Amino acid sequence: MSALIVEFTLNGSPATARVMSSGSALDALRDELGLFGAKSGCEQGECGSCSILLDGAVVCSCLVMAGDLQGLVVVTVEGVAGDEIHPVQTAMHEGGAVQCGFCTPGIVVAAVDLFERIPHPTGEEIKEALAGNICRCTGYGAIVRALQELSAGSGT
Amino acid sequence: MTTRTHRRAIQVEGTVGESPLRPDGIAKLQGKFAYAQDLESEGMLWGATVRSPHASATIESIDIGPALSIGGVHAVLTASDVPGRPSFGLEHPDQPVLAGDKVSFWGEPVAIVAAEDPDTARLAAAAVKVVYREQVPLTDPEEADLRDEVFRRMRIRRGDQDVSGPVVVEGYYEVGMQDQAPLGPEAGLAIPDGQGGIDLYATSQFVHVDHEQIVASLGLPPEAVRSHPTGIGGAFGAREDVNLHIHLCMLALHTRRPVKMVYRRSESFAGHVHRHPARMWYRHTADAEGRLLRVEARVVIDGGAYASTTAAVLANACYFVVGPYRCDSVSVDGVGTRTNNPPCGAMRGFGAVQVCFAYEAQMDRLAEALDMDPLELRRRNVLATGDVMPTTGQLITTPLPTAEVIETLRAMPLSDGDQSVLPGGSGLTSELRDVVRGVGYALGIKNLGFAEGFDDYAQARVRLTSEGAIVETAAIEVGQGLVTVLAQIARAGLGVSKAEVRHVDTSRIDSAGSTSASRQTQVSGGATLEASTRLRERILGHHHGDDLTDEGVWRSGALVVPMEELTREAWEETVTFRHPPTEAPNADGQGAVHADFAVAGHRAVVDVDPELGMVKVVRVDTVQDVGRALNPGSIRGQIEGGIMQGVGLAIMEELVMENGVIRNPNFTDYLLPTILDAPDVEAVLIEEDGSWGPFGAKGVGEPPTISSTAAVAAAIRIATGRQLNRVPIRPQDISMGDR
Amino acid sequence: MVEVQHPTSVDQAVAAMAEGALALAGGTDLMVEVNFGHARPENVVALRRIGELAEWEPNRIGAGVTWSRLEQGGPLALAQAARTVGSPQIRNAGTLGGNVGTASPAGDGLPFLAAVDASIELVSPAGVRSVPWHEYFVGVKKTARLAGELITAIGLPEAMPERQAFGKIGTRNAMVIATVCCVVTRAQTGVTTVALGSVAPTPMRARQAEEMISSIDRPSESDMVEFARLVSEEVRPITDHRSTEEYRRYAAGILARRLLDRCLR
Repeated sequence: MSALIVEFTLNGSPATARVMSSGSALDALRDELGLFGAKSGCEQGECGSCSILLDGAVVCSCLVMAGDLQGLVVVTVEGVAGDEIHPVQTAMHEGGAVQCGFCTPGIVVAAVDLFERIPHPTGEEIKEALAGNICRCTGYGAIVRALQELSAGSGT
Repeated sequence: MTTRTHRRAIQVEGTVGESPLRPDGIAKLQGKFAYAQDLESEGMLWGATVRSPHASATIESIDIGPALSIGGVHAVLTASDVPGRPSFGLEHPDQPVLAGDKVSFWGEPVAIVAAEDPDTARLAAAAVKVVYREQVPLTDPEEADLRDEVFRRMRIRRGDQDVSGPVVVEGYYEVGMQDQAPLGPEAGLAIPDGQGGIDLYATSQFVHVDHEQIVASLGLPPEAVRSHPTGIGGAFGAREDVNLHIHLCMLALHTRRPVKMVYRRSESFAGHVHRHPARMWYRHTADAEGRLLRVEARVVIDGGAYASTTAAVLANACYFVVGPYRCDSVSVDGVGTRTNNPPCGAMRGFGAVQVCFAYEAQMDRLAEALDMDPLELRRRNVLATGDVMPTTGQLITTPLPTAEVIETLRAMPLSDGDQSVLPGGSGLTSELRDVVRGVGYALGIKNLGFAEGFDDYAQARVRLTSEGAIVETAAIEVGQGLVTVLAQIARAGLGVSKAEVRHVDTSRIDSAGSTSASRQTQVSGGATLEASTRLRERILGHHHGDDLTDEGVWRSGALVVPMEELTREAWEETVTFRHPPTEAPNADGQGAVHADFAVAGHRAVVDVDPELGMVKVVRVDTVQDVGRALNPGSIRGQIEGGIMQGVGLAIMEELVMENGVIRNPNFTDYLLPTILDAPDVEAVLIEEDGSWGPFGAKGVGEPPTISSTAAVAAAIRIATGRQLNRVPIRPQDISMGDR
Repeated sequence: MVEVQHPTSVDQAVAAMAEGALALAGGTDLMVEVNFGHARPENVVALRRIGELAEWEPNRIGAGVTWSRLEQGGPLALAQAARTVGSPQIRNAGTLGGNVGTASPAGDGLPFLAAVDASIELVSPAGVRSVPWHEYFVGVKKTARLAGELITAIGLPEAMPERQAFGKIGTRNAMVIATVCCVVTRAQTGVTTVALGSVAPTPMRARQAEEMISSIDRPSESDMVEFARLVSEEVRPITDHRSTEEYRRYAAGILARRLLDRCLR
């Protein structure tokens, strides 16, 4: 059985995935490419745990067909800061915004996207940007506070 | 063979009372922390489960042939393939590992498959041909009660049963079926050890009790199976019961290959127990000054198809039926029914949530009947240390600062709160002029730790190495921060500045009990403190020292044994900690059945659009009795998260049942609160010495969830004048419900 | 075995669809079906690389325009509707054409199309045809689109009503399927349209309510009450796990009245 081969850019490097069915980019990232940062929480775009940047826009990778990745640019949580730690990650760590952590990679991706679009987001803009990321542990308070502090403190 | 397990936690610095950063925080933020769904092993197969589409049916036949004939399918197993005990259960082994001649709830596992990849496994599961003969499901708990289909009946009688008084309020209340909805669905990996045994890495809150059930059903000696703690995406009670554990081991033993299974969300809703839906009838009698003279209640909770923890949840609901109030005449009749609804079991609050919604509504009605301030009515009835529990008659010996909770809550400034999100949110249904404000209060009480004579213990081992203290435990970190607080306790007990928590499997340490009942900080924390204190004493005694620090052992201000030299020897101490014993209740429900209690209070501020029934919970302020705050940052996380789940139950979270079938087993229709539904939270912690937990700490996980639901409901009643005797409160209940 | 084509023009996409390929736009509906095991398409034509579909002119919105874009620059009521679609992630992926293609009774963008009498542009090897919305939507997830036809654009009228308002009732403040959603428009002439979603198998207009209120220059409080009553009477909701027939009927009237009031202010 021959497979469909898709080539795309993954975290800055060329990537190739072998696609056997109409399955999702999330499954391809996890099961084919060994990137487990994006989490599978609901398979219907309601929890945001699988968020990735696709051509620069934050989307749910469970709703992207793997076969549709051809030529696109994908950034996962593993790629938001390379080997460094992104200021969003530092802020959330120091702000106690992580509990079980299952939603956390998706929130990091959505928040990194927010701070790239709006360097100093307001509380409302933070909530708006994270409205698609369900967190079941924290009640969101620590997440909002951490990102507000980052917004207030981050340069230019 | 390569196996990814979760990264070793890094060390925690910071002692008790501080809020050191989580050791696993950065790994989680980078996507590098391995959850059960992220595990893999060379040569691994994928499992899938065939589930009943009916709530009640006999199984006429199962044809596994079509599934087995699919390329890449390695095993299809049914009930007859279960090697040992055919059933399992947390308290009573009444649930079939795989259904044999009948299915008793929608989603019950009937067969399991293993295949080369997940897609093939699902195709194979769909290809198993099961012929059912449908039966009429029993879904009404009242009818189950009449038919004596029950898991437990509770009868509590305390005091003079003929008390009457001038003020009487009666009410009927209902709580819908809530789901824990931990964000990480059930997942696991079973790896055969090549000698007939298994290493299992699977989502769990209690690996030792899983282990007991697994070896029984596999027919293996205990030492053949090792159940390993692994990365968990939340739990909230959903992971106390076995679900995929035995299935994974069966498939791995059968195929002699590692087998991985990951539930999809829709399957997760069928694969774990839920919060018991409840129906409650109450009559409160009070004197003209508002003192409770008598409380009578009937409590019906539906356990669904199998026992799980229904007996204990029912008991808890009945024990806390009055709330944190004094009353010397109490009558409670409770029943936990058996139906063809999905099995219900543990969820944060464990029976105390359901009755709190009812008794706090009753207290508000009583206040209204007396024309009294609701908090004043509560203040006049507060239960305190030295009182007896109104239900069981147990003398309360640990701190119970109910009065302080009320006074502190009353004194907290009542700010307007953020109105940037109005009811209806981005749907633009409501403008400010459509909105009315309501403020409601509720108090809640619950026991900490296991009750009714259960031998509740936790083992922990503390070792001193050149890198600092190492705490070994099988207690499960579900996200609450146990990895941080146990390290803080070890650091404080031993006197060194670095400590690390390592989770070890069932063969390497005795049980820590379940991560539930708000108990691990007290119980595993107690074991950790005792082990580290004893170890320190033993080291000092051995070297005749008077202090132990990172540098080593000191005597009279001089370093006598440097740490490097000290840790050339193995220093470790293992302690099994037990809290004060509890006893089983007598026939009237009387006895010292609980080890400790905690109270909390909530004040909810809501904006309601009464015409359309839309609600925005603006803020929830809370005061919580914590004994001693070992990690205030983590406690705040528990408080905010617990309140959010309470708000969810109040206004949106419900599994909608129809003839035993869950109509909304997905995140599109089982609504969890989003960040735009989150209230602002202000919390005050009440610290008081006297509890038996380490440094006087009490468990903190459940109280935030217990009375927050009731407070939100009270606030909506105030805003709308509606009765609202059922949660979750739906738009139609507000706009079209009884006044 | 799956085949996914990645055309860059409408012609290529239409040719692929003529061979039986299934169109994939933002994926926010189709992939849920795939993930839940309800669909297993083998031959897919992915539309995201077709620049023509993302074109947006004042009276013609390309089917591939995402909710994120509509939220920023769409006609007021459509922008308000776009803002309520799913989450930021969904709005970055999902398209208006996808909403039209799925034709869910709860499609958030559809009441607007009904309110302004939009048409659906369909392309096949046989050519282009434009189908008025009320002929296009024929039932729950059933449309007049023929097999092989590609939805290329939504046609809007030359002149848009001056006043527009959208509202959506759901039991969560974000990311929620509509219990009722509604668009009311009012032109300077007084001509009023009322379109609703989630209250019938297809998006619908409340024609009697429209007729009644359009003739009144300055509606009184009692006119508004009568308007709401007519809307409630005209809708055809059902009871399901999301809400009840009674509430939907009641709330449709209240919501329409509030939106009318916003148009009149």
